[in-house]
Amino acid sequence: MAVPKEFLYSDDHEWIYVSEGEATIGITDHAQSELGDVVFVELPEVGKEYDQFEDFAVIESVKAVSDIYLPVGGKIIEINEELIDQPELINEDPYDKGWLVKVEIADEAELDNLMDSEEYEEYLEEGE
Amino acid sequence: MDYISNTPREKEKMLDVIGAQEINELFAAIPEKVRLKRELNIDGSLSELELKRQARKLTDRNNSLNNMTSFLGAGAYDHYVPSIIDHLISRSEYYTAYTPYQAELSQGTLQAIYEFQSMICELTGMGVANASLLDGGSAVGEAVLMAQRITRKNRIIFSRAIHPAYREVARTYGSFQGLEFVEAELRGGTTDLDQFENLLDDQTAAVVIQYPNFYGSLEQMERIQSLLEEQKKILMIVIANPMTLGLLTPPSEWGADIVIGEGQVLGNQLNYGGPYLGYMATRDDRGFIRQMPGRIAGATTDADGNRGYVLTLQTREQHIRREKATSNICSNEALNALIATIYMSAMGKEGLKEVAEHSLQKAHYLADKIDQISGYQVVNKENFFHEFWVKTPVEPGKLIDELREKGIIPGLDLSRFDEEEGLLICTTEKRTREEMDNLVSALEVVSNG
Amino acid sequence: MVEPLIKDYSSTGRKGYSLPELDVPTTETESLLGQEFIRKEGPGLPEVSEVDVVRHYTELSSMNYGVDSGIYPLGSCTMKYNPKINEDISRLEELVNLHPYQEDNQVQGSLEIMYSLQEDLKEISGMDSFTLQPASGAHGEFAGLLIIRNYFLDRGEERTKVIVPDSAHGTNPASGTMAGLEVVEVESNEKGMVDPDKLREVVDDQVAALMLTNPNTLGIFEEEILEIAEIIHDAGGLLYYDGANMNAIMGYTRPGDMNFDVLHFNLHKTFSTPHGGGGPGSGPVGVKGFLAPYLPRPLLRKEGIRYYWDFDLPKSCGKLHAFYGNYGVMLKAYAYIKALGGKGLKETTKNAVLNANYLKARLSKEFELPYKKSSLHEFVLSGSKQKKKGASTLNIAKRLLDYGLYAPTIYFPLVVKEALMIEPTETENIFTLDNFVEKMLIISREIEKDPDLVKNAPHNTAVKLLDEARAAREPDLRW
Repeated sequence: MAVPKEFLYSDDHEWIYVSEGEATIGITDHAQSELGDVVFVELPEVGKEYDQFEDFAVIESVKAVSDIYLPVGGKIIEINEELIDQPELINEDPYDKGWLVKVEIADEAELDNLMDSEEYEEYLEEGE
Repeated sequence: MDYISNTPREKEKMLDVIGAQEINELFAAIPEKVRLKRELNIDGSLSELELKRQARKLTDRNNSLNNMTSFLGAGAYDHYVPSIIDHLISRSEYYTAYTPYQAELSQGTLQAIYEFQSMICELTGMGVANASLLDGGSAVGEAVLMAQRITRKNRIIFSRAIHPAYREVARTYGSFQGLEFVEAELRGGTTDLDQFENLLDDQTAAVVIQYPNFYGSLEQMERIQSLLEEQKKILMIVIANPMTLGLLTPPSEWGADIVIGEGQVLGNQLNYGGPYLGYMATRDDRGFIRQMPGRIAGATTDADGNRGYVLTLQTREQHIRREKATSNICSNEALNALIATIYMSAMGKEGLKEVAEHSLQKAHYLADKIDQISGYQVVNKENFFHEFWVKTPVEPGKLIDELREKGIIPGLDLSRFDEEEGLLICTTEKRTREEMDNLVSALEVVSNG
Repeated sequence: MVEPLIKDYSSTGRKGYSLPELDVPTTETESLLGQEFIRKEGPGLPEVSEVDVVRHYTELSSMNYGVDSGIYPLGSCTMKYNPKINEDISRLEELVNLHPYQEDNQVQGSLEIMYSLQEDLKEISGMDSFTLQPASGAHGEFAGLLIIRNYFLDRGEERTKVIVPDSAHGTNPASGTMAGLEVVEVESNEKGMVDPDKLREVVDDQVAALMLTNPNTLGIFEEEILEIAEIIHDAGGLLYYDGANMNAIMGYTRPGDMNFDVLHFNLHKTFSTPHGGGGPGSGPVGVKGFLAPYLPRPLLRKEGIRYYWDFDLPKSCGKLHAFYGNYGVMLKAYAYIKALGGKGLKETTKNAVLNANYLKARLSKEFELPYKKSSLHEFVLSGSKQKKKGASTLNIAKRLLDYGLYAPTIYFPLVVKEALMIEPTETENIFTLDNFVEKMLIISREIEKDPDLVKNAPHNTAVKLLDEARAAREPDLRW
């Protein structure tokens, strides 16, 4: 399972990439493989605000439905419209083309609640 | 007869493998305190022959439509059921199958569902349909809940011209969902549209119209459509009799968002009210489809690229989404939907139209005659399909009593529902001119007597 | 092998029906209805001959599998043999050519059958009153919860929660939502049972009901049932019994004696009415006496020797079906119960449990058995060991199809990873059970040697592995 070094991770298998107060968010390779073939993604409206770890999106595979939690609180500034017609991008390229939303971070201190890539790898091993 | 085939010796062998002395050991987990310490007090152990004898004794206490000429309708219709239906649905590969969870070994059921969905779409003019609901009544309940989910509003406008039992079922479905049901009154045999218009407001989720309505009449669909064009967010739910759609303008053309109804008319026996099948069709719009309850079959390809069918969009359903599902429905009326599918195939475009035309022409022939008898009055002379409402000179209950001796059930006594008085009379293609003339003569006698 | 759609046999003007000539004078349809009501184009139904229809649906049936084809080991579904005599009885013209609005005095034979069925269900369950109206198990759950809600409403209590174990059928929480209740899940303990201590933590004065299947979906009997009942009752709540697994206890114990207040049966499981490829079912609901006033309308009653429908039920929860429920299914269940009698029903349970334990003893040597506690009529294996070797539970299920067998329920209950939930029922004999075991063992060996063979299964069915992702991503739901 790929776990890119430059991202941070949540317990619920979301990744976040932060650059200049703006965060891109998606689900990890591990998460997409557990879900199986993604067939539908429900994304929030741009402009909506969420607290850290609040559920903001729903991803459906053929036989499962998962709530997705925002790894950091803030305002949604962009959603990945491509996923509406091509939900499979989440399976094919979870860390790049399969991103879900971009967020304007409310409080960067919340990032301390997340894992770095090494911690996340350990977390995955423990779960095995 | 208990249908258990293991012999005592085989049972011994099985117990050995399990490592138990006797079968009762396997029940050790059931605490003494809750055990039933006697035999179940149920007579039985009947052989096939005895069972048949007993059933025959009971049939003697029925007076079926084999002996009676029936003019009953009101949601259950006495249409002719072609012979091929029972022969085909008696194939046990269909009727002893479970829900098609293992698609590769259930292609028969799945393809038949796909054909059912397609033909329901053809009849209603809608974009998509599901694999069936429990009956026409529960379909109305499911439809109003679906409208509430789509619009996030709570007001449902009913017409009093909708079958009273359907209204009651829908109210039951909505009892703890915060829905408010408002009813527009009757004017003649149709909905009072002036009052109906005043009920529409921005809290309204949907209006529900029956087509043809409970009294057999066609509502002023053009006017309803234009009223709703001014209130675009209100959904139009149409309860349509699929037999009549062989002839009638499909509900889609009146702007329907959800079309539901009772599919019994499509080749299903009367069966004293069930099993029947509800059907549901809606717009080919993701927002609507995702809120639709019930199973849906879809076409896809197999590993070799050949066409095949599966149950699809299952994340809407209870086995996956649990408390967030669109409905709790699991078992549906698959075999009845198969009957409907075979019926629609055999009757086809022309056959269904012919059934509709015969039912319509006969009803009008009969209504004209009855209307001429002194004391009888057809309430909804204009615009009825194959059912009509008659005011009678004597209580309908008394008429029914009198005509029973003559082997005729003249129709439904409307007082059953505590709303209106009179008889609701229905004809199908099965009623002959002779039978109708007999009814007229019998009514004349009662009128004069 | 691909069978075309019925519409592909269509040819304009071809006919598959015959009707008598219209024998009344006709009037122009337009003048009867108005031009705007006549559809401009006939509906796009097929135009085919009778033989086309017969061959097409015969061909489709050959691409199906029923209990008559072989073992159907779906856990929780109780796919037992469907006796043919029941089909015959359900087709007796005098029993079925009846209109639901015929007067009660014209249908006394049918009402007697329904009444007798209610009486037998009362005896089997230990409940006091029944309705046969619900048309399926889930419909029964919904009715049961509405009865409970109306009861509390009548007492002026606003209770808003329903507790459901994590091993429950999906219909339980979904029915809770339909009854407007908040669903609270309670975790099973390491034995696969409801833990009274954990239950106490979630119970409060807002709880309307606990829904429980006993034995649960792992086939394990909830031994602490009386304590569980006491916890709920002490908090003022009621106990709902999901009757999906009645085949495990008939004649041994009764939900009423376990202190349940409401239950539903699945006639299409326990009483052998065929499942029809997904329905019709029938889900009668029984209640203890104090809940009888809240049952759906109408209720079937007996006065002297006369049976009648009673609509005068001011406290009723309402109506869930336009008429009286799935009467045709009731006829079959009635015939089944009369063929077996009380003794036969207990024999049924005995042998269902024997068969399940035999399969469990043999299969648990090869497949992991996560919950070791003794089980009754069904059990749940895990395909985790096999998954590590390269083939999942889904693959095992598909490979079984290659051997001409139906697969167990898979990935349920959710508390077991890679779950294979197996329920053979009492009507299978040792030959069919041994054959099933043998094929499961062969598949396990195949996974060791050639996992791809299993992974790419099925190979021998009418179609090969179907692309469910594609079906959901690009919905093709009609022609």
